[in-house]
Amino acid sequence: MILVVLPPHLRTLARVSAEVQLEIEGPVTLATVLDALESRYPMLRGTIRDHATQERRPFLRFFACEEDLSHEPPDTPLPDPVATGREPFFIIGAIAGG
Amino acid sequence: MSGVRLLVGTRKGAFILTSDGKRERWEVSGPHFAGWEIYHLKGSPVDPDRLYASQTSGWFGQIIQRSDDSGKTWHQPGTAPGEPTTTPDGMPMGESNKFVYDTSPDTGKPLTTHQWYDGTQHPWEFKRVWHLEPSLTDPDLVYAGIEDAAMFRTTDAGKTWHELAGLRGHGTGPQWQPGAGGMCLHTILIDPSDHRRLYAAISAAGAFRSDDSGRTWKPINRGLHSRYIPNPTAEVGHCVHRIALSRSRPQVLYMQKHWDVMRSDDAGETWREISGNLPTDFGFVIDVHAHEPETIYVVPIKSDSEHFPLEGKLRVYRSRTGGNEWEALTKGLPQRDCYVNVLRDAMAVDGLEPCGVYFGTTGGQVYASADGGDSWSAAVRDLPAVLSVEVQTLR
Repeated sequence: MILVVLPPHLRTLARVSAEVQLEIEGPVTLATVLDALESRYPMLRGTIRDHATQERRPFLRFFACEEDLSHEPPDTPLPDPVATGREPFFIIGAIAGG
Repeated sequence: MSGVRLLVGTRKGAFILTSDGKRERWEVSGPHFAGWEIYHLKGSPVDPDRLYASQTSGWFGQIIQRSDDSGKTWHQPGTAPGEPTTTPDGMPMGESNKFVYDTSPDTGKPLTTHQWYDGTQHPWEFKRVWHLEPSLTDPDLVYAGIEDAAMFRTTDAGKTWHELAGLRGHGTGPQWQPGAGGMCLHTILIDPSDHRRLYAAISAAGAFRSDDSGRTWKPINRGLHSRYIPNPTAEVGHCVHRIALSRSRPQVLYMQKHWDVMRSDDAGETWREISGNLPTDFGFVIDVHAHEPETIYVVPIKSDSEHFPLEGKLRVYRSRTGGNEWEALTKGLPQRDCYVNVLRDAMAVDGLEPCGVYFGTTGGQVYASADGGDSWSAAVRDLPAVLSVEVQTLR
């Protein structure tokens, strides 16, 4: 089981109030986690990754185990504590005015 | 009992204002989608309970929202509560926020670049939906004007969107360029006498017309003169801020250009300037009286670098002669120390008698006139900066 923490606006869109729990079969990577998230919550498609390019939206970051994974390739395996559900995978909105 | 419903998009959410036919007292609901930029909301002319909203964010991108109960509840089309969120084979169904440019070969010329600020060519990149224009006859059909400029259409009430690629692909695209607000398709008009005839306006490209429901397009900018482009009378490149049509004489169009207020009597084939005695002909909004095709409204703004009214006086200007002769409407509007802007989608008229006129400001006020502009009062005063105002006339 993978734990994913969403920023508040995406929690509202997904109609969830806390962290999201995902089951993933096979390798646990950035791409498989985001695929599973979007499959379970289709309303989030396009809000984290661009629909056409699948690139991370520029003002979002991916953190886990006190590391910034935002610039890692999509097939990067996530740290073992994330893959085993002991630590969450964070999707963070950049701190910026507005 | 007649009444009106104002749909107000702001920098931090949507608000819905309702009033009876007197249009004196207003109930305000919202914010809907708090914290998000709501570029535009609009109701279906044939089903007033059906509303569409463009919800957007620099962080999270574009969301389309739909209400089927006049704004009481909202959902993303295709992902309503209780509905399955995936197809039987597991594919996500929620495509309502998916705006992907058409690059299929059958569109003829799928353009991939437009002019960038530095004059180089730049790839088209989807940013947001500026404007939603529901069909005059089908509540499930909606046109969307987007940035980078293109037009999309849904025929399934917002579940899926497809580009009308003939606009971006008709040939002048590489000469389009972004204005200060981005390269946006901000205005869509449907001819009420011929629903196949559509108009679109793009900053900074100009006005365009389709006579076949959006399949093919042509520029309609003859008569425009823009000093900020190398050839001031070029076919495209003009920063058109807004166009409006007369409902009873839809071949008559009015335009607020970056500078200049313009008029066409032949469905955009030719334009002539009607700025006349306006104190400045820069501005964003323009609209037409619901019952008098020669009565039009603008809000003059000082200049392209000073986006506020002249002399700190918020004045709507009305012409009853189709342009050239303008009168200032000031009763009820602040006449000192007012330095707000009125953005291009932030004026609307209702269909009651007398005609109601409405506009919103970047200072968060929504002003209403129930007497064709003779007098004004604030329907609400302290919203976030207003991006758009639409009105539904309820009978």
